[in-house]
Order: sequence, then C-alpha cells, then structure tokens
Amino acid sequence: MTIHLSILVFFPALMGLVSAFSPRSLAPKILLVGTLIPLAYTIYMITDFDAGAGLQYVTDDAWITELGIRYKLGIDGLNLWLIALTCVVAFASAVWLSVRTPERAGLFCFHFALGQTAVLGAFVAQDLALFVLFFDLMLVPFYFIVGQWGSGDRAAAALKMVIYTLVGSLLMLAAAVATAVLSNPGGELSFVLTDLQANLLSESQQKWLFVAFALAFLIKMPAFPFQGWMPDAYRSMPLPALAFFSGVVSKVAAYGFLKLVLPLFPAATNDWNVILLILAVISILYGSIQAFTQTNARLILGYSSIAQLGFITLGIFAIDASGQGAQGALLQSINHGLVVAPLFFVVALLAERAEGSEDIRDYGGIAFRAPVLAALFLIVALATLAMPGSANFAGEFLILLGAFSSVQALAFLASIGVILASVYALRMYIRSMHNRVGPKVTSFEMTLRDGLVLVPLVLAIIAFALYPQLALDAGEATVRSTVEAVLR
Amino acid sequence: MTGLLAQATTKGPPINWEALSPFIALVAGGCIVLLVGLARSAFIRRQVVPVLTLLTLGATAGLGVWQWDINEGIVANAMVVDNLTLALTMIFVAGGIAAVFLSWRSIASAEAGEGEYYALMLMSILGMLVLVAANDLVVLFIGFELLSIPLYVLCATHMRREQSLESGLKYLIIGSVGSATLLYGLAMLYGAAGGTNYGDIAAVAAEMADDTLFMVGIGLVLAGLAFKASVAPFHQWTPDVYEGAPTPVTGFMAVATKAAAFGVIIRLFVGPLIDATTTWAPAFATLAVITIIVGNVGALGQSSLKRMLAYSSVAQAGYMIAGVVVTTQLGIAATVFYLAIYVVMNLAAFAVITARERETGLGDDISSLYGLGRDRPFLAWPMTIAMLALAGFPVTAGFFGKIYLINAAVNNGYGWLGVVIVVGSAISLAYYLRVVAAVWMREAPAASTSLSAVPIMAGGSPEGDEAAYAAGREPGADVGRVVSEDFGEPSIITSGPRISQPEVIFVAVFCALVTIAFGVYPEPLMDVARDAGEALQSLR
Repeated sequence: MTIHLSILVFFPALMGLVSAFSPRSLAPKILLVGTLIPLAYTIYMITDFDAGAGLQYVTDDAWITELGIRYKLGIDGLNLWLIALTCVVAFASAVWLSVRTPERAGLFCFHFALGQTAVLGAFVAQDLALFVLFFDLMLVPFYFIVGQWGSGDRAAAALKMVIYTLVGSLLMLAAAVATAVLSNPGGELSFVLTDLQANLLSESQQKWLFVAFALAFLIKMPAFPFQGWMPDAYRSMPLPALAFFSGVVSKVAAYGFLKLVLPLFPAATNDWNVILLILAVISILYGSIQAFTQTNARLILGYSSIAQLGFITLGIFAIDASGQGAQGALLQSINHGLVVAPLFFVVALLAERAEGSEDIRDYGGIAFRAPVLAALFLIVALATLAMPGSANFAGEFLILLGAFSSVQALAFLASIGVILASVYALRMYIRSMHNRVGPKVTSFEMTLRDGLVLVPLVLAIIAFALYPQLALDAGEATVRSTVEAVLR
Repeated sequence: MTGLLAQATTKGPPINWEALSPFIALVAGGCIVLLVGLARSAFIRRQVVPVLTLLTLGATAGLGVWQWDINEGIVANAMVVDNLTLALTMIFVAGGIAAVFLSWRSIASAEAGEGEYYALMLMSILGMLVLVAANDLVVLFIGFELLSIPLYVLCATHMRREQSLESGLKYLIIGSVGSATLLYGLAMLYGAAGGTNYGDIAAVAAEMADDTLFMVGIGLVLAGLAFKASVAPFHQWTPDVYEGAPTPVTGFMAVATKAAAFGVIIRLFVGPLIDATTTWAPAFATLAVITIIVGNVGALGQSSLKRMLAYSSVAQAGYMIAGVVVTTQLGIAATVFYLAIYVVMNLAAFAVITARERETGLGDDISSLYGLGRDRPFLAWPMTIAMLALAGFPVTAGFFGKIYLINAAVNNGYGWLGVVIVVGSAISLAYYLRVVAAVWMREAPAASTSLSAVPIMAGGSPEGDEAAYAAGREPGADVGRVVSEDFGEPSIITSGPRISQPEVIFVAVFCALVTIAFGVYPEPLMDVARDAGEALQSLR
C-alpha cells in the first residue's frame, strides 16, 4: 500500500479537524498548513510526473469486497494539473481566511478543508463508487458554509443548491451501481474503472446510464438549462469559499465527462453528443448575454462561468479526430479555475471600497487610488476574455479548432461567445475601475496582505500563459486515447 | 393420570436449550426486573432496575453471539435459530439498550412504575425474537402478540398526558385490526396447506400459487404484517402513535418493531412462500413504490420531529421492501444491513429529541433544535449526522446502505425499483435538510418568545413535566415552585437549561460515531448481513 495520495487527499481534512478545535485566531493558520503541504506535494509530483507512464502513484487496496469497491487512487495526465489547480486555489482561499477571519472560524475552516479533501478525492479516484462518494461529499461542506456564513436568505439558497445538485448526484449513484452490475452480470461485482472499461455495456444500456451521468455533471457545472440554483448560491456564499467553489468544484464535472463518461459510454457519447453540443452552445450564448446584462458582480462572474463551462463542454464533445477539442477543454478547465478565483477575491476587495456593495453600478473610478489592484484586475480580466498570449486563448483556440473540424455550424455560433466574453469582462473592469467615481466609492490601495492572495494567483496565470504546453503534454496521451475510443 | 403424564414426557420434543438460551435469558430477566421493581427504595427502582434490564439485554446478546452459526430448528422445528434470527436479535437488543438509556430519567417509566415499564420492554423484545425465529404459523402469531401487547401499554405510559393515552389506544385498536387480519390470513394458509409448520407450506407453495384460498391468505398475511412494518397504505397509525408515545418508546418502536416486522416478512415470504413469488412479489413491489412516495411526501410538511421521523420510517420501510422483493440472498443481506444502520441512524435522532424535549419545553417541535449548532455540539452533530445518513449522504452508513439495496435491486432485474429509491431519496432531502438547517442555520429563539412558553410549563403540561422531572423535581407536585423559579429568568426555558443527562448524550454520540464508522468501513457489518442472508438457503 502506497500512501502518498491518501496523504494528499486527507491531509486537508485532518488539519481541518484540528482547526475546528482551535481558537479563532489559530484556525486559519492551521488550515493554511493543511493547504500548503498538498500544494508542495503536487508541485513535486508535477516535476516527477512521467507523461508516458499512464497511471502513477497508484494506491490500490481492497475496501468493501462485498460491493466490489476498491480504494484505488492514481494520478494520470487528466487529473495532475487539476489537482494542482485545486491546491493553488485552496491555498489562496486559506490565505484570504487568515487575513479576514470569519466568525466561528474553526468550523468554517473544517468545512472548507473537507471540501478540498472531497474535490481532491474525486480527482484521484480510480474507482467509480469512490468517485461518486467524493462527488456527493463535495456538496456537504458547501451546504453548511452557505447555510451558516452566507448572506441574504442563506438557508433557502443552501437548500436549493443541495437539492438541485443532489438530484443529479443520486441519479448518478443509481447509474453507477447499474453500470457495475450490468457490465459483469452474474460475476464478481467491481467498480474499478479499468474493469468497467474492459467490459463495456451494450449501446442501449449505455444510452440511459449516459443520461444520468450527464445530468449530474451538467447540473454541477452548471450548464443551461440546469443553472437555476446558481444565482442564489453565488449571491449568498462567502467569497473565499465561492472562489474555490466556482474555480474548482465545477471542474470536477468537466473532469467527470472526460474521465468517466467518454471512456465508459463511448457508443452513447456518439449518440448524444449533438444534444450536448447544442446545450454547450446555448450555455455559451446564454451565459455571455446574462453576464453583460447583470449588475451584481458575483452574478456576472457566475454567468461568465456558465459560458466558460459551455466552452469546456463544447471541447469535450467535439470528438474531433485529433482530440484537440478535448485537450483544449482540459486546458481551459485549469485556466478558468485560475482566473475566476482571483476575480472573486477582486470582487471582495471592490466591495470593501464601495460600502460593501457588490453592484457594479455603485462602482467606478476605483483604479485612481488603487493602481496595483487595477493592474492585477486587468491582467485577470484580459485572461478571462482569452486575450491572445494568455493560456485561455490557447485553450479556447484548441476547443474551437476541434469543434470546427467536427461540427462547423455550432463552432461558428460558439465563436460569437469569444467576442461576447470581451464585452462582459471589459464592461466589469471599466465600470469598476474607470468611469466617474461611484457614489459609494472610497478607494484605497490594496494592502500587502491582500497581495499575498492575489499576486501568487496572477503569477500562476502569467506562468501558465507562457507554458501552457506543460499541462497539454501531460494530458495529451490520455485525452487522445479517450477520444479515439469514442470515434472507433 | 400418571400414564398420561408419562406419555406426555415421552412425546415431548427434544429441546436444544443452548439455542433457546437467548429466549430464556429474556424471560428470566423480565421476571426479575418486574419483581425488583416492587422495591420501595427509589434508588433500586430508578437505578438498579434499568441496570438489571441492561444486564439482561447484554446477556441475550452474548448468548446470541455464542450461538452464531448454529442454524437449526429448535423445539420440534417450531422455531429456527439461525444467523438471520441472531443478527436481528442483535438489532433488537441494540434498540432495547438505547431505549433503556433514553428512559432512564424519563417521566414515563416513573409514572408506569419502573419494574413494569422495563419488564414490558423486555417482553416485547422477547416477542420480537419469537416472531423472527418462528417456523410455524402459530408461533408466528404468539410472537406477534407478545411483541404488540407490551407496546400498546408502553405507548400509554406517560399517563398524565392525553396524547400518550390516545396514542396507546389508537395503537391498540389499529394493532388489533392488524392482528385479526394476520390471524385470518394465517388460518387460510393453514387451510390451504393442511399444516402450520413452514415446511408444510413450502411443500405446497408451488402448486397452490394460483389457488384462491392460498392467495387470499397470502394477501391477508401481507396486510397484517404491513400494519406492523408501517408499509403504506397501512401506515396511517404511525405518525399519530409515534407523536403521542413517550419519545424513548417511540425510538424503540421505530427501530426494533420495524426490524421485527421485516424479519418475519423475510422469514415467511422469502422462506416457505418463495415458490409462490409470482403471487406476492408484484404486490410487494407495488407497495414499495406507494410506501416510498407516501412516506417521503408525507414527511415534507411536518413540524413535529417525531411525526417527521414516523413518515421517514415509512419511506425507509419502502426502501427495505425493495431488498425483500428481489428474493435473493444479496437482497436479504442488503435489507438486514439497512435495518442495522437504520437502527443507529434513528436512535441518534431520537436521543437528541429526547434530550431537547427535557430541556426546552417545546416538545418535539422542530423549533426545539434552533440554535443547537452554536453551543451544543454533542447534540448538534449527532442530529446532523443522523439526518445526513438517513438522506444517504456519503461517509455515513446510509450511503452504503442505499448502494447495497440498489445493487441488490439491479442485480435481479428490479432496476426500476432502484430508480424509485433514488427518486424517494431526492424528495427526502427536503425534510432531512430542514432539520439540519434548524440545527445550524436558525438562531435560538429570543427571550420574548420564551415568555409565552412559561404558561405551558406552569400549567403542568407534559413537556414541562418532562423537563421538570429530568431536572430532578417531582412532576406536577411543585407547579407553583416551577413558575416562581423560572419566571425570573424566562430565557432558560426555550434556550434550554442544561440538564445533566449524560446517558442520552452518550446514546446520541455513540450512534453517530457508529454511523460514521460504518460509513467509512462497512465491511464487518456487511459480513454479518451476508451471513444472515445465507441463512435462507432456499435462495441463490
């Protein structure tokens, strides 16, 4: 038994448990340690990773033999960089929590750390039941965070979020069990992904199970028309948690498509992919249009996430011969996480300069007295709109390239989204930073401690813009073989 | 005369006393508890009697473990002691032990007389044991009545409270209708099969499957047992009785009676009636769907926690029927596993309700939980874990319970039942999470609302009694003093004075920990459940 990945996954939760019993001032510091160690370990893994060697750092132990569930974890090209993203964003959120400690911080840190553990677990799980377990678990801490520390009608927002997403998850639970049972009828039950991949189901069986899985992931993203829970939850969730939730948790859904749906249901993917592509394009257009009509800064970001995740879905289901769409989707998952998290922190900083208002109509002229903040915001905003030179540009370019080579009409519609992205990103930037000084605005420069949160994230964006190839190389082989299996 | 006696001794069946020992322990313990309960000393009545009850239950469990794997018919094959019987025995004992802890400071046991109260509880457990061990229709009915009659009384033990009496009467009347239905059905089965032993029924089940008498008999038996298991549409008594009965009794009924009812359903239907599956399986599958829907929808609007848990128990019964209906050893194992975890999940919840009932004077209303998360972690977390587990969240035993059941359903072509379970669980989120929200996301009521609660307490209301008694005062006797004492600082009534009740908190925390433990590593419990499933050798 190798325990490397177990440490990576459970260390945050362990530290979270410790911080739950710590005094208020100490709790975020302990959380900081809990996020720092996994981050350091991930960086080590990135340097150590061998792109050609398939699954690495494998932990494979019997867990529940009665149900054929194994405790199997592993790192491959698909999840390596997503894990890095998780650790980076979690670390940034932990720094933020140390600077601005919420009340009952111990419990907050516990929930947050549990969330990180669940996300990491979902990324490294190589067993379907284990994935479902972590995927469902992900929701619990955020339910408590929204319900206890949220603003506005938090209990209702929390309930809405849970019911929406768990309905999908429960269907996925049933579908996962059905997949395992049907793939080896009468034989030994096994949820291990490689076993399931070896005994693919018939096309008619795949069709129905695909729907359950797709529903769970589309709700989680969220994609049109399943975004109903998003506005309330985004409006209510505390910003450090929201940065992590929007930046990372939604990527688990995208990862689920690449890791589970395509390999396990290749025939059904071929049958359904047009529907998924249409939903993706609608998500792009709907999300973009909403993003430049909303005035609440959180919702602008929320709807822009819908658009961005639409791009990611588009790339995954483009299923072009060379797998460029899916590669772009993987890259874009990391990019979007990296840009949306700092944007939420920026929103928090903006709100501090406008009497707590998160409405961009109350903003304006903030850049004048906060040039560093403005510069950082500008970099992130440009990355969001996929400025050439940013990694987002590379990601969107690959996605559209893939889409053009398989479904031209939809790709054309989707490329409108690229233009719209610049509209909403720049609108938000200009409305807050430039223009006349808003009625509520009293601007001041960001502090060094806020810089500790934002600067590393911005540096990561820049680094990634320079070397997107790193992530692409790691995932290329896996992504390509996944797409080829569907095309076959 | 002597000749007759001699003849009788020669005809007496050989009895495996070792296998019978758990039954004997319960009978003996019940008698001792009843006699010791006559003592005048308050110490003996309030402390020694519960301890004796616990010892009896512990002995029963120990003897059960000792007899594990014997798997044989005893007393002329009228009863079967096998791993299914013994696994269910453990469940009854667990429910009983928790009920004793919850009753320790309860006003109900004091009003009924501790000796009687605990002896009745032991007799009821004996009835459950006989019921699930029965291998003969007559023994089945004896067990059924032995289980029910003490419970009718136990429900009414909170004698100065109207709802408790109402609950007991209601349970008596509806339970009697259920018993009569069952007895009628048993008579028909006997008429059709020509014998009361399960072996006789099994021998004719295949050829009689389409026989009208036999079918009607099966239908009536099914209805009678469905009353006890609170399967819709025979569940209407459940919310009223659960709400009215003293909370420790409710907790005991909810877990142990349910397990006993499912035990006998498994034993009878998946045993001798297995060859008539085509007759009863569609009926049961239909009932499962109705039960899941009725239970989950019914629970939605409840503000009384006990009523909510009553409907939730109906829904959970629906999930478990799915495991029975598939008629495989896997299905039985899944059902037994689910029963076991159902016990711990519910007991944690009932323990918290009991604790808050004594502290707040709000009864079992959901508002009694407001603000619990802020300052009572040892009550808040067990309640949270219990609710999340009942809803089937991961890292609680409920998650694997659902996977196990769905797995069993899909495995034998009942995939659609798996979907119904999932849909039911989705509905159930709304009411389980409402409780979680009450614990964590609502503020404790301010002093202004608590003023209105004072008259409730002063009027000698049941909830006030419970609180006063648990705090160490004699109920009712000192109404005036309660008022004068509490009027000065009214806030303590709703936010709850902390009453020392370590045993209740122990039950809550212990059950929550077990729920988590089996959610992380369910293997040991699954082994037991599999052994229980394999006891039914007629199945694959």
